[in-house]
Amino acid sequence: MKALVFERSLPRFAASRVASALAGTGHGVGVGPLELREVDPPVLPGSDWVRLRPRLAGICGSDIATLDGRSSRYFEHIVSFPFVPGHEIVADVLGGDLDGCRVVVEPVLGCEARGIREFCAACREGRKGSCERIAFGSLAPGLQTGYCADTGGGWSMSLVAHLSQLHEVPVDLTDEAAVMVEPAACAVHASCSAGIESGASVLVLGAGTLGLCTVAALRAFCRPGTLVAVAKHPDQRRLARDLGADQVVGPGEVMRAARRLSGSLALSRPHDTGQIERLAGGVDVVLDCVGSPESLEQSLAVTRPGGQIVLVGMPGPVRLDLAPLWQREITLRGAYAYGVERRPEGPRPTFELAFELVRVARLERLVSARYPLERFEEAVAHAASAGRRASVKVVFDLSLKGAAARPDQAHAGGREEEPTK
Amino acid sequence: MSPRPGIVLEVDRSTPATLFWHGEGFGLETLPVGSRVIYAPEPLAALKDPDAAIRHALEHPLGDSAPLSSLLRPGMRLTIAFDDVSLPLPPMRSPDVRQRVIEAVLDMAAAAGVDDVILIAALALHRRMTDDELRHALGSRIFDAFAPHGLLQQHDAEDPANLVHLGQTDEGEDVELNRRAAESDLLIYVNINLVAMDGGHKSVATGLASYKSLRHHHNVRTMRASRSFMDMHRSQLHTSNWRMGKLIADAGVKVFQIETTLNNDTFPAEVRFLQRREWEWSLRDRASFYAASRALARTPPEVARRIFHSVQAPHEMTSVQAGEVGAVHDRTLQQVHRQQLVEVKGQTDILTMGLPYICPYNVNSIMNPILVACLGLGYFFNLYRNKPLVREGGVVIMSHPTPWAFNPVHHPSYIDFFEQVLAETTDMLEVESKYEAAFATDPWYIHLYRTSYAYHGVHPFYMWYWCAHALEHVGKVIVVGGDRAAVRRLGFAPASTLADALEMASDVVGRDPTITHMHAPPLMLADVQ
Repeated sequence: MKALVFERSLPRFAASRVASALAGTGHGVGVGPLELREVDPPVLPGSDWVRLRPRLAGICGSDIATLDGRSSRYFEHIVSFPFVPGHEIVADVLGGDLDGCRVVVEPVLGCEARGIREFCAACREGRKGSCERIAFGSLAPGLQTGYCADTGGGWSMSLVAHLSQLHEVPVDLTDEAAVMVEPAACAVHASCSAGIESGASVLVLGAGTLGLCTVAALRAFCRPGTLVAVAKHPDQRRLARDLGADQVVGPGEVMRAARRLSGSLALSRPHDTGQIERLAGGVDVVLDCVGSPESLEQSLAVTRPGGQIVLVGMPGPVRLDLAPLWQREITLRGAYAYGVERRPEGPRPTFELAFELVRVARLERLVSARYPLERFEEAVAHAASAGRRASVKVVFDLSLKGAAARPDQAHAGGREEEPTK
Repeated sequence: MSPRPGIVLEVDRSTPATLFWHGEGFGLETLPVGSRVIYAPEPLAALKDPDAAIRHALEHPLGDSAPLSSLLRPGMRLTIAFDDVSLPLPPMRSPDVRQRVIEAVLDMAAAAGVDDVILIAALALHRRMTDDELRHALGSRIFDAFAPHGLLQQHDAEDPANLVHLGQTDEGEDVELNRRAAESDLLIYVNINLVAMDGGHKSVATGLASYKSLRHHHNVRTMRASRSFMDMHRSQLHTSNWRMGKLIADAGVKVFQIETTLNNDTFPAEVRFLQRREWEWSLRDRASFYAASRALARTPPEVARRIFHSVQAPHEMTSVQAGEVGAVHDRTLQQVHRQQLVEVKGQTDILTMGLPYICPYNVNSIMNPILVACLGLGYFFNLYRNKPLVREGGVVIMSHPTPWAFNPVHHPSYIDFFEQVLAETTDMLEVESKYEAAFATDPWYIHLYRTSYAYHGVHPFYMWYWCAHALEHVGKVIVVGGDRAAVRRLGFAPASTLADALEMASDVVGRDPTITHMHAPPLMLADVQ
């Protein structure tokens, strides 16, 4: 079968890093460790596993970071090579009792999928994303499907999944909607786990897939007083507003927006010039959906003393001045994957909430372009520059062959036009 | 030879191209045949002996006021308030008229043995004046005598300890004034009446008031009902200020109003072509125009800005009157009208205007996009009596670079207003109801207003409301040569050239529109018949 395979190859890893640094993110794929190959389908690890044929598989920001050679060495022990990327998957089940079912994969490979009888504390509580055994058990190390040598991934014609990973897709939900469930689940988890108090001022940095889904999740499951989204490109701005942001500002306007939203005083040098170098206060919660050193620095600059930063986007190695974190007693916490969320009605699986979110926020509209596997270099380059190209989510469509590529959605292209008198 | 009155020129094939201001620059535009160009009257003759005229006015007051010398006595508290840096435009050559008037008042006060005298710059919600600006307005003698001793103050509309609530008008309007001014035995207000909107009860009721007072007349409803605010008899802005003036008088605040008018001699001799009629340009005028326009085209905007803001106008005083507020202001308006009134027959489909580099709120600063809108649609559009120059549903075409640029010291809340509020909505009532209170009470803006040189947080709202009447009246606003994003953010349409703008306007006013150009500055007041 055809699959995009990521090999452990330090020279190619270095080459992709250099190429992406020189030519821009997403442009290191051609020289990097990812190759389109004919490979054997993965073997079913056990009786409670099924074979899947992907329909759509998304390209995630973490995938791009990996392909760019920018991802952290932290992951070295919790991935296994060679792996087939792709963890945002809608697929058909082949064989078994679920034969023909259309499913979304919950990609975390926790204790249950790994055949570990005695679950870790996190898995016992349903917090699969925090599983302590992701490098142990009957599978090769891998925090998720798409990073594990034994399971395959969505960027192929076939993969395997444990029954506990499968969520059946309702008939009325399109493939485009279904492929958005996994990123939506990440956003739901980030929003619900932040413990955002009713009326809090909340700022979402970044308006890619994760940022936009987070805006939607905050609007659906939290009660922020004011929700500000930071978006760079016109279509992102429009979508952020459509999905529930009270206010959308550009990256250069974040400090002023946070100041005004919080009614904070501001500091400048020399004093009182009207320029803002630092805020005396800030917003209650920042959800950083970018994960870059710059976004983290910006998050620290606009969070109030005692406030909280939730790191939603996958970070890499960061050099950061933590003095404000210390002096302002800011809480910095990560939000990875999914599990079970505390809701007023009781604990609910994140994926269940994500299905609701996809439906209510019509997140299928974020799927902007589909590519066949053969055009993976273009696909990744497109995904890496999605905002600039008026796109959001770029996916592989495993039904497409050869040169075919389809722009999706009417919102591709277009420029922001303000009404005129 | 007496100065010639204003005229309305009808453009024909022999008419030379017309000067259009364009921020820190200008150019010549050829208007279609049949267009009209309105020129202000020529500068009135200056008072031959302004100091004698001032002394005469103080001792021969109008209305029911006694001569100033009889109002002064030892042991009294005397406060002299004066118009701030927003007047006159451009700033006038020394000696400024405020210096002349206040020196005369202080001489009389000294002669009467008054030793408790405070000077207050009547800022309202404007930025504080710098020491240099105060020294220029008042002269070194006054500045050096008062400033070092804390006797030269600037009104602080956010200092609760220095405000006093005098009550509410019969329309429920709060009147909250500067405490020192309100509790003085005599409050003398020294005004410069550059346009018909200035002066009268507006001087004290606005210049020395707080946001709590100002919000009653600086709002969308009032501005829409002021047609125009250059005509006090049809202006709710003035009606409200006059009600407040009555309450101030009833509360026992004794106001002695001194109003002055200036001629419209706006530019120094080197660039006098800027206020001459083009067909009368001499060879030297033409040479000056070409040299200046070419040099400016090569000059970075910030350098051009510095050059223009260093220009001092050769304005001369044409009248001074003192005494009771209403009587003084009636006489003042006659003088303003004598200098500025131009009779114009009928309205126009398209009104064009070249906007210069300065308005009352960007002295020594950047004309940001909100101020561009305010100058064009607030000030120039409202320079009329009877009917607006442009017909209802017509088009206003303004020429200005409209940079997406702000002075963060002077206009911090403008930046947020432009980037955040206007990004959400340009609708006047929504802007007012949804955002005004938060900006008006924002502690950082208040801090900067009080301690730095920032306009009050609410000020950009007022500038936006200033456009309310125009935006309700016209069908389209086009800005020629402006930053396209900034123009769109204002809700207006950008055009590259005047020809493009006229083409765009045809969508609204048809293919054969009437066109009228306001050749300002110098300022004029169109009396539209």
